[in-house]
Amino acid sequence: MMRHMTVTNDIPLPLRNARVHEAYGPGAISFAAVAAARAGSLLWVRESWRNEMINPVGLSDFFDPSKLLLAQTKDQTETLAVAEEALKDGAVPLVVIEISRPLDLREGRRLQLAAKAGKSTGLCLIPDGMGSNAAETRWHCMPVFDAGDSTLMRWEIIKNKSGTLRAWHVRWDATARRLHVVPPAGERPGSAGAPG
Amino acid sequence: MWFPRLASDRALRARPVDGPFALTLKQANAERLHCLNTAAERQGLHRGMTLADARAFCPGLLSRPADPAGNTRFLHVLRRWATRYCPWVGLEGDDGLVLDITGSAHLFGGEAALLADMRQRLARAGLTVRLGLGDTRGAAWALAHFREGTAEAGAPHAALAGLSVAALRIEDDTVTALQRLGLRTIGALENAARAPLARRFGPDLLLRLDQALGRQPEQITPLAEPPHYGVRLSLPEPIGLFDDVMAATSRLLDQLCTKLKAQETGARVLSLTLRRVDQEAQTVELRLASPMRDAARILPLFARGLGEVDAGFGIDQIRLEAVQVEPLPVHQVSHVSSGRADQLDDLITRIGTRIGLENVQRFLPADSHIPERSFLIAAAAWSEPGGSWVATRPRPVCLFPPEPIAGTAARPPRHFRWRRMSLSTARATGPERIAPEWWLPDDNWRSGMRDYWHVETRQGRRLWLFYTPQNPGWFVQGEFA
Repeated sequence: MMRHMTVTNDIPLPLRNARVHEAYGPGAISFAAVAAARAGSLLWVRESWRNEMINPVGLSDFFDPSKLLLAQTKDQTETLAVAEEALKDGAVPLVVIEISRPLDLREGRRLQLAAKAGKSTGLCLIPDGMGSNAAETRWHCMPVFDAGDSTLMRWEIIKNKSGTLRAWHVRWDATARRLHVVPPAGERPGSAGAPG
Repeated sequence: MWFPRLASDRALRARPVDGPFALTLKQANAERLHCLNTAAERQGLHRGMTLADARAFCPGLLSRPADPAGNTRFLHVLRRWATRYCPWVGLEGDDGLVLDITGSAHLFGGEAALLADMRQRLARAGLTVRLGLGDTRGAAWALAHFREGTAEAGAPHAALAGLSVAALRIEDDTVTALQRLGLRTIGALENAARAPLARRFGPDLLLRLDQALGRQPEQITPLAEPPHYGVRLSLPEPIGLFDDVMAATSRLLDQLCTKLKAQETGARVLSLTLRRVDQEAQTVELRLASPMRDAARILPLFARGLGEVDAGFGIDQIRLEAVQVEPLPVHQVSHVSSGRADQLDDLITRIGTRIGLENVQRFLPADSHIPERSFLIAAAAWSEPGGSWVATRPRPVCLFPPEPIAGTAARPPRHFRWRRMSLSTARATGPERIAPEWWLPDDNWRSGMRDYWHVETRQGRRLWLFYTPQNPGWFVQGEFA
């Protein structure tokens, strides 16, 4: 995978390989789904007590759910152990990790080293404000209302160890399975201004 | 060797009772007596009687349900035990054994002593047995079932002539027909003309007669010993270092995998028992994501389990057993490498040793309109990825148990509060009506059918709401991308 196979408008996607990234906000699952669409196969690690469950039928707009492996763990310690094992192994190019309490520096660093060893990408879905210092990038993902389009999202990169911070408006094209970067609402031709 | 009361003897061995006792088996919608003990037989009960009748005859009858599969297993155990008398032991029906003791009787001091030994040992085990000994398999069967005893060598005719024709292992209606003709005993049948018998009853009857009298050969088919997938290693000096134990395990794995390969099977569950010098034993169990017999791949998977073993003063015996095996045919070597799938299986195994193999799962498509049932979750180790995922209508990327919001009108509310956020509807698409599947009762669908709406809020969140018209109320069940 190329390091900067950028879509358009220099959005740093796909996520930098052999690193662990973070995403939060209501659109984090969609962000993970877009990352999975590029990675091919993935392992999704979640704690089994959680109420919220990803829906493979909905995710099939992004990638083929038969490429997804789900690991259900008892608590976050198990989650991290499974994630480290999978990242280090490198059999799956992407590991999505649902996090419920903040990672300390040691845990974050261990994941980072595991990803480096296995040349695989990790993506932690974190609750608001629980980011770890070891993360390569941190994304804030929000769905945005738009009168003509129901897949518009705003992705803002709020931490980046090897680049600048910026925000993008993106749209997912389910038929072509492609991500389109759209200019922000104010600059769009024929747009009356930001909605809401 | 016939065990007339195998099933009830086995049940009574486990839990002895006094008085009449019977095992019942459900046949043709009625509980019927399957096997009973002597006390019950003395009360006038017999096999095939319904349980209700039997209770009327004998109010004190104790009964338990029969377990035919367990009896078959028990008979196989007995078969294995019987190989102490001779190597050639086969099953006879579902309650008997047949032994070819040619050339081994003298080891026990002659035929009579052999029979006495069998009888004594089985009586001590609490089993009723009837023994018949003859030159042919047919003669032995007849004697065991009809008149316990021994037929003189070379003269089966003398022992069998007085027995009923039923002793020939023939069908019941043939027996009835023969008795109607006046041919009640084997001797009478032997003296009758053969050609009319063959015309009337077919070749089977004469074949059985000839087999019993030794004019036709009959083979005993001994059961093959099931292959045993266990290997062990005793060490002259105790070992305690991790690398040493791994080296010993590797040596055992090589042996075991050769065995597995010869039988074209693969191990699914392996168990490694480490015995320490102080007689303490520790077991490391490895459950694999797919059947495997590649020693080089299995060995690293043991590393985590072996790391947790406490070697104490040292380990002096190691035993490796494939507890569960599955058929694994030999594959043709292909140019396209399957390395990636193997690597994934290994990862599943490794994660499985930590969180349990059943917790590594995958989604399978299911044919249902109910959102929660439109997919199945199956353990990845026991399922294949497959099926096609087609979302005919937009579906949310995440689902949660329905969370109620305020509102009772049939259209989505303009403003609502959900998870302490106040949201306002900007665009609502729907309704999509989904009716509960009446053939699968589900408590969550008690409130009747649902009208689903895709609601886009001005604040950005795109939610999956539903309205229950039969029981007015609004709920949030999912969120779109």
